[in-house]
Amino acid sequence: MNGPAADPAVASDTVITADRAAVTLGGRPVWSDLSLEVGAGEFVAVLGPNGAGKSTLARAVLGLVPLAAGSLRVLGERPGRHNDAIGYLPQRRSFDPGLRVRGRDIVRLGLDGDRWGLPLPWRSRHGDEARVAETIAMVGGEAFADRPVGEMSGGEQQRLLVAQALVRRPRLLILDEPLDSLDLPNQAAVAALVAEVCADGVAVVMVAHDVNPILPYVDRVVYLGRGAAVSGRPAEVITSSTLSGLFGTPIEVLHASDGRMVVVGQPEPPAYHADRHAHS
Amino acid sequence: MFSFHFMVNAFRAGTIVAVAGGLMGWFMVLRRQAFAGHTLAVLGFPGAAGAVWLGFNAAWGYFGLCGLAALLIAVLPRGGSGRSHESAGIGVVQAFGLAAGFLFVSLYHGYLNGVSSLLFGSFLGITDTQVLVVLLVSVGAVGALAVAGRPLLFASVDADVAAARGVPVRAVSAGFLLVLGLTVAEISQITGALLVFTVLVMPAAAAQALTSRPAAGLAASVLIALGITWGALTAAYHSSWPIGFWIATFGFAVYLAASAWRGWRSRR
Repeated sequence: MNGPAADPAVASDTVITADRAAVTLGGRPVWSDLSLEVGAGEFVAVLGPNGAGKSTLARAVLGLVPLAAGSLRVLGERPGRHNDAIGYLPQRRSFDPGLRVRGRDIVRLGLDGDRWGLPLPWRSRHGDEARVAETIAMVGGEAFADRPVGEMSGGEQQRLLVAQALVRRPRLLILDEPLDSLDLPNQAAVAALVAEVCADGVAVVMVAHDVNPILPYVDRVVYLGRGAAVSGRPAEVITSSTLSGLFGTPIEVLHASDGRMVVVGQPEPPAYHADRHAHS
Repeated sequence: MFSFHFMVNAFRAGTIVAVAGGLMGWFMVLRRQAFAGHTLAVLGFPGAAGAVWLGFNAAWGYFGLCGLAALLIAVLPRGGSGRSHESAGIGVVQAFGLAAGFLFVSLYHGYLNGVSSLLFGSFLGITDTQVLVVLLVSVGAVGALAVAGRPLLFASVDADVAAARGVPVRAVSAGFLLVLGLTVAEISQITGALLVFTVLVMPAAAAQALTSRPAAGLAASVLIALGITWGALTAAYHSSWPIGFWIATFGFAVYLAASAWRGWRSRR
């Protein structure tokens, strides 16, 4: 439980290895035939339409969803074994506006919230307080960390949640739509922050709905759709021919003059907006 | 006032109940489970009335039915879109529980120390045995919080991340409800089924308005609960008005003051 596991057996550079992995939920195949390798310091984007199983992939890496076929190794072990070395930011639901708990305490829970017993001052590890403060500074949250989290803006909450995921100095960071519901400047700021962490050697798996804010930083993308998956460098995967093959329907990838990409023709369930905001 | 044994016992029981209620209440308010807590309290009434009708001590009824109801609520599916359905279901059970309690009271015919003592408490008739029972349950509840308080806080504000970190979220939530049920049963014997919230919600809600630091909030909740309980006992001793009225009035006043203070602070 003490910080990132430094097991020599998993000190290799490979953080995630998936070989023809498949997941079935309630008898329905979500995706199959997913092969992937993620090394330390790599930034991987998981893309695809809603319902394609992007969050399920994140949860499978955490060992919260079992595999139906194939194999998946995370930090050299089966999923779930090294979760203390993984920072996780689930798809958000913002905090209840009435939640009267400081942002600093939310970050602190990421460090020792799973420990039993009284958090008496002499029982806490040396430097915990400083580590929390340092991580909050890393995400630029000093100005608002002592306010109740329910009263913060979406961008402020998201920064502190990234801090919560980072506070144990994980080797792998799993972020499920962290840019969702942020305005454009905040999207760019959080994306740059994650890229900075990634440059320090932390592997990042980010579930994203729109690849554009993270496109400059992404090493590899996994595109999920129609129960299948393709992975590779962005320029190889996000093309008209690859995506048309994945979805079995003509899809066009348009390139704007500023380098942004627009995927046209990708099937989207019509209830998209309704279920996306159901939790907020 | 302490020359009377019943006043000594009232202060003993009140103090114990205030400590346990202040702590459990803080978590209950944080978890938005006040409605579930209220249901547990209301179901104590048919439990106690039924026990008396069948010739048992009312305490068995309080603990039995509150504990059972807590387990039932714990296994009900919750969260997401099922939430409104759940609250409707709990409301139905609550209404039926009150009606059943009323039936038991009328079936009993004889003197039941009045329906009012089951509903509104009997602060001044507390026996030594009751003090002991209340003490044991409180020690258990406070001990459970000391062991599991931090994972419970994590699971309460951030269930998904807590689960990924290995906190048994479902078990912790179910355990909390069970301990809450027993605490409610314990408080019910003193304050009556309907005034449980004077100890369980009023201090906790005021404390959360005062501070957003968890440790300070828990301490404030206990101090407020102690203050209003002791104040109400003293006021009731020197007046002819019932104790329940005094606790509720002091609690309400503290809550109003805390909310006003919070409003004033956030406007600056």
